[in-house]
Amino acid sequence: MIALLLRDLKLAFRAGGGFGLGLAFFLIVTVMVPFSVGPQSELLARIAPGVLWLGALLACLLSLDRLLALDWEDGSLDLLATAPLPLESTVTIKALAHWITTGLPLVMAAPVLGVLLNLPVQGFQWLVISLLLGTPALSVIGTFGAALTVGLKRGGLLMSLLVMPLYVPTLIFGSEVARRGAEGMAVQTPLLLLAGISAASIALLPFASAAVLRVNLR
Amino acid sequence: MSIWEYANPKKFLATTEKVMPALWVSSAVLISVGLVWGFFFTPDDYRQGSTVKIIFLHVPSALMAINAWFMMLVTSLVWVIRRHHVSALAARAAAPVGVVMTVIALVTGAIWGQPMWGTWWAWDPRLTSFLVLFLFYLGYIALWEAIDNPDTAADLTSILCLVGSVFAVLSRYAVNFWNQGLHQGASLSLDEKENVADAFSNPLYVCMAGFVLLFIALVFYRTGTEIRARRIKALMARERLEA
Repeated sequence: MIALLLRDLKLAFRAGGGFGLGLAFFLIVTVMVPFSVGPQSELLARIAPGVLWLGALLACLLSLDRLLALDWEDGSLDLLATAPLPLESTVTIKALAHWITTGLPLVMAAPVLGVLLNLPVQGFQWLVISLLLGTPALSVIGTFGAALTVGLKRGGLLMSLLVMPLYVPTLIFGSEVARRGAEGMAVQTPLLLLAGISAASIALLPFASAAVLRVNLR
Repeated sequence: MSIWEYANPKKFLATTEKVMPALWVSSAVLISVGLVWGFFFTPDDYRQGSTVKIIFLHVPSALMAINAWFMMLVTSLVWVIRRHHVSALAARAAAPVGVVMTVIALVTGAIWGQPMWGTWWAWDPRLTSFLVLFLFYLGYIALWEAIDNPDTAADLTSILCLVGSVFAVLSRYAVNFWNQGLHQGASLSLDEKENVADAFSNPLYVCMAGFVLLFIALVFYRTGTEIRARRIKALMARERLEA
């Protein structure tokens, strides 16, 4: 399992692995927001938590089609499926690698972009915490979407259509935590629900992902 | 005599063909009686005027939009567990009907909302969860269309339906998190004191029964079409083999 994780990480970090693309996308989406809604700082401060969450979600979504497609094309996915490691663990590791290479950098970049959007001071802490709790769920749910569409030639758009509705609860609770944090309100309830969604997704969805991957590898 | 006999496509077709005329006629009669009764023989509401009458389309279609997804969930489970092809095809047949019902509910709701709430659309929990349901339907249908192999498609869509149901319910309760919103709560439950007045509820029940029968008729009809399409495919494949 560790070997697989290291392999995926190495492939992602080395040249051509696409590491940093998600981060750059996150940056550019956030920078485009003041251009579209205007530079008033009160308005930006109010929408900053939601915009940062949406940007992180889109950056995550964008990097999903590389998650399994490359291994599918060169046949290493078939090898992984016949390996003694259960497919459930394989997809969990894949999701973990995706989170380390995409989710974690997003979490670390979010406060910097928060400055650009004039996020209130008390909001930074909760923005980071909510992203830290929410992005694993995004990775795991995304792995399910990637597994569903892995065999398709033009799966990218279809995957967005399939994955976006599944992201709705995570997005609602995540940006609710960030918004309440920025406005100085109590965050406990949405925070617990967000953590619950993440924990349940991590625990249950790999089984669904492995099941659809088995169908696709048939 | 068990329900599993209808897993045989031949038996399914023979039986549905027998009951289909009765279903079409009774649903048409019920819907027209319900709508005419509702539109012309109920009093205007003292606050909402005649706009209240859109309820006779809005509520039955919303009811069927949710129950169509529930039916797809059940048939998907049957496919995953017992692998009856008719069941997978019924789920596929129900999805477009469900989409249309969802759209009818959303559109009639907007038309009703405009004079009553002064807005076509609000991000109210009930409205939002219906929009999310609509997105789930779209993804489900798109996945069916995208995959060539029918068995793979049936497997993948049924798992998507199972996972999607969980997330649809989660979204339903997640949007509740916002303020209560404009839409009223359930007002047709049997155990509540404050219900829709009898003058409105009786034609409404007739309409709901009509929509249920219409949905069943449409699903039977579309499932029959899917079965025949699959048969034609098999026959043509055999032809090519022999030629």
